[in-house]
Amino acid sequence: MTGAASPTLSAGSALPLADWRDLVALTKPRVMSLVVFTAFAAMIAAPAPVHPVLGFTAVLCVALGAGAAAALNMWWESDLDALMARTRNRPIPAGRMSREAALHFGVGLGAFSVLLMGLATNWLAAAILAASILFYVLVYTIWLKRRTPQNIVIGGAAGAFPPLIGWAAATGDIATLPILLFLIVFLWTPPHFWSLALFVRGDYAAAGVPMLPVVAGERTTRIHIMAYAVATVAASLAPVALGLAGPVYAVAAIALGVPFLVFPARVLGGQSNETMAREKRLFAYSILYLFGLFGALIADALLR
Amino acid sequence: MIPAEPEIRRRQQSRVRIMGVILAAFAILVFAITIAKMGINR
Repeated sequence: MTGAASPTLSAGSALPLADWRDLVALTKPRVMSLVVFTAFAAMIAAPAPVHPVLGFTAVLCVALGAGAAAALNMWWESDLDALMARTRNRPIPAGRMSREAALHFGVGLGAFSVLLMGLATNWLAAAILAASILFYVLVYTIWLKRRTPQNIVIGGAAGAFPPLIGWAAATGDIATLPILLFLIVFLWTPPHFWSLALFVRGDYAAAGVPMLPVVAGERTTRIHIMAYAVATVAASLAPVALGLAGPVYAVAAIALGVPFLVFPARVLGGQSNETMAREKRLFAYSILYLFGLFGALIADALLR
Repeated sequence: MIPAEPEIRRRQQSRVRIMGVILAAFAILVFAITIAKMGINR
């Protein structure tokens, strides 16, 4: 989403009141959609039926919590965002919003999402939602991101929490399947982000962020992408092997998993070039892969 | 540079309108949650 600054205003001005579209932009709505979908899929796959209103509220809370985490990420990283072409037009570095406004918005939205989740569903789901927001902000954003090339490996756990939240909201408990779903998203995150990091490597280098391609080079990154892709596909088959998912999911895991091995293999065999077309294709396919896999989980549950 | 007065006024108005819609939606949601929970606990 693009910002909404008036053309009559200078880009660097500190505005006393942010436009509402910039508040929405702080929540990274496009990134949020995948997070929300994995929570929704786990909730549908859970054995306990959920009341539609409570299910809707749980998904809303996951979306608000993800938005809060994104806002707090932008609050902390505004100095980095200003150095990267990809993020330079975000509300804070573009001067359309103060850092304090983003901090207040993020904390308020996060607290609201956790309280509403607890009151509408149960406090286990609320506690996992709170843990995921805190993990993303404190562990990934503040602690790891600027310190280690393993930032998105460990930090990826934050994005893997939503299936646990969705399941817990439906059942009030945690079982083997949501833990496997957590594992799938956790292992999927490095190939997804490192393929992006390969084609925006210059941006990360300019900002001094120690992403793997910047610190260890492209070849090492390509090998790591391949290794994690193999682990992701193996983990995606675990629910089938353990009898926790049905035939629709099994077919989808294989049909979607084969390209998820082929694309990283092409990236592994590729060289650095201007277009980085293979890396961009892997990045785009990785999103489709996770949507497809969790979509199959929903289809499986509905046909059960 | 401080934004022009009409621009601040426009932002205030749009935020007030959106906040009103959000609060109304929240009130409806809380009502629906209450009804759903009463049904579950019955």
